[in-house]
Amino acid sequence: MNKEGRPVGRRVVLGVAALGAAGVAFGARFQNGIDSFLATVDSKDPTGLTGLLPGGGGFQIYNVADSLPHKSDQDYRLTVDGLVDRPATYTLAELKAMPQTTLVKDVQCVTGWRVPSTQFGGVLLSHLLETAGVKPEGKALRFTCFDGVYSESLTLDEARRPDMMVAHQMNNAPVTDAHGGPVRLYAAPMYFYKSAKWLSGITVTDRVMPGYWEHYGYDVEAWVGKSNGRNDAPTSS
Amino acid sequence: MHRTTSTLMMTAIITAACLYLPFLAEIVGRRRLLVIIHEWSGILLPAPLLAGIFFRSLRADLTRLNRFGPHDHGWAWRAVRHGTGAAGPAGKFNAGQKLFSAFIAGAVLVMVGTGLIMWFPHLSALTVRTGASFVHDWLALVVGILVIGHIRMALKDPEARYGMRTGRVSRAWAKREHALWTEDRSENSDR
Repeated sequence: MNKEGRPVGRRVVLGVAALGAAGVAFGARFQNGIDSFLATVDSKDPTGLTGLLPGGGGFQIYNVADSLPHKSDQDYRLTVDGLVDRPATYTLAELKAMPQTTLVKDVQCVTGWRVPSTQFGGVLLSHLLETAGVKPEGKALRFTCFDGVYSESLTLDEARRPDMMVAHQMNNAPVTDAHGGPVRLYAAPMYFYKSAKWLSGITVTDRVMPGYWEHYGYDVEAWVGKSNGRNDAPTSS
Repeated sequence: MHRTTSTLMMTAIITAACLYLPFLAEIVGRRRLLVIIHEWSGILLPAPLLAGIFFRSLRADLTRLNRFGPHDHGWAWRAVRHGTGAAGPAGKFNAGQKLFSAFIAGAVLVMVGTGLIMWFPHLSALTVRTGASFVHDWLALVVGILVIGHIRMALKDPEARYGMRTGRVSRAWAKREHALWTEDRSENSDR
């Protein structure tokens, strides 16, 4: 076998590997610059193609079920039960008739992406809990979803915060199917996996029952910047 | 060898697309299953080549891919400007194929490395993880485009595809597309 010629192939392999290592070492510093650059381009891009580039901004759609679940506004029901005095089932219209709250805050995903100033509108969890009347032995909430798979949890104290809501509005429009409509949870101060999509049930329990991702190692207490080994800026104080 | 690697590569690319592109993620769902398939197809990508190291014919091909002779100098540039037919003679592998294989080999190493950092997030600091996903995301885009180009070249050349399937090509085709190959045809290579 002839061994003539220069070993360019080996140099390319090693060069790519070295570039990759450098990228890992300094990538975090590049990331912010590229993100803000792409955000500028994205705002002037009618095709929306920049949204598909890495770090191109906007929401990533995550769904753990087999398909995108759908419930019409008429079919939708939210059940509140468990350790409460007055279990109830609400239609979307009934939820909309309750006192409404609007929150505008950043959305921070535990995988790193962040969407600034996103508006959510709906009913505070504290109002639903007050209406239902939590029994003294109730300590936590378990959220279930009509995708049939996902679940989440909050302690009672967390749920009573003024930035924890059941949302049916996002950016001044009904929450779409992909974003968890018609009704989703919005846990503002926590990583976004806490904000369960396609919310269908709230059960008051006597202890915290870890949700879907928490069975796979995510923190149950998912404060932005103080959990999951991350130090992002808080989304809600 | 090529068939196993390409199957793994396509599996990794398709699951990546379903995890990353919103409109596909909406249709497919099943996030956890996709992650598992993506992780394992990715980590196994180097395995066929490592197994192939034990075969002399494959080692000979690796040497051919590694070494750039005088005729390879500027070949890729001429191919880009005037087309592969007018870029000058090539051996069993032309310079474009050599560069592609070397780049993909390096990229697979980087993708496996950065993938492992994200697979086991507790083992590294946040800046390292951010850097790893930064590299993984952008390199995935480059690899995806290169693989599409690779498939496009193959689609344009039925005899090359026949050669990949059977290990045989006609003398006329070899003379036309890989003129310098016949001279070092000391051993027949098969995949």
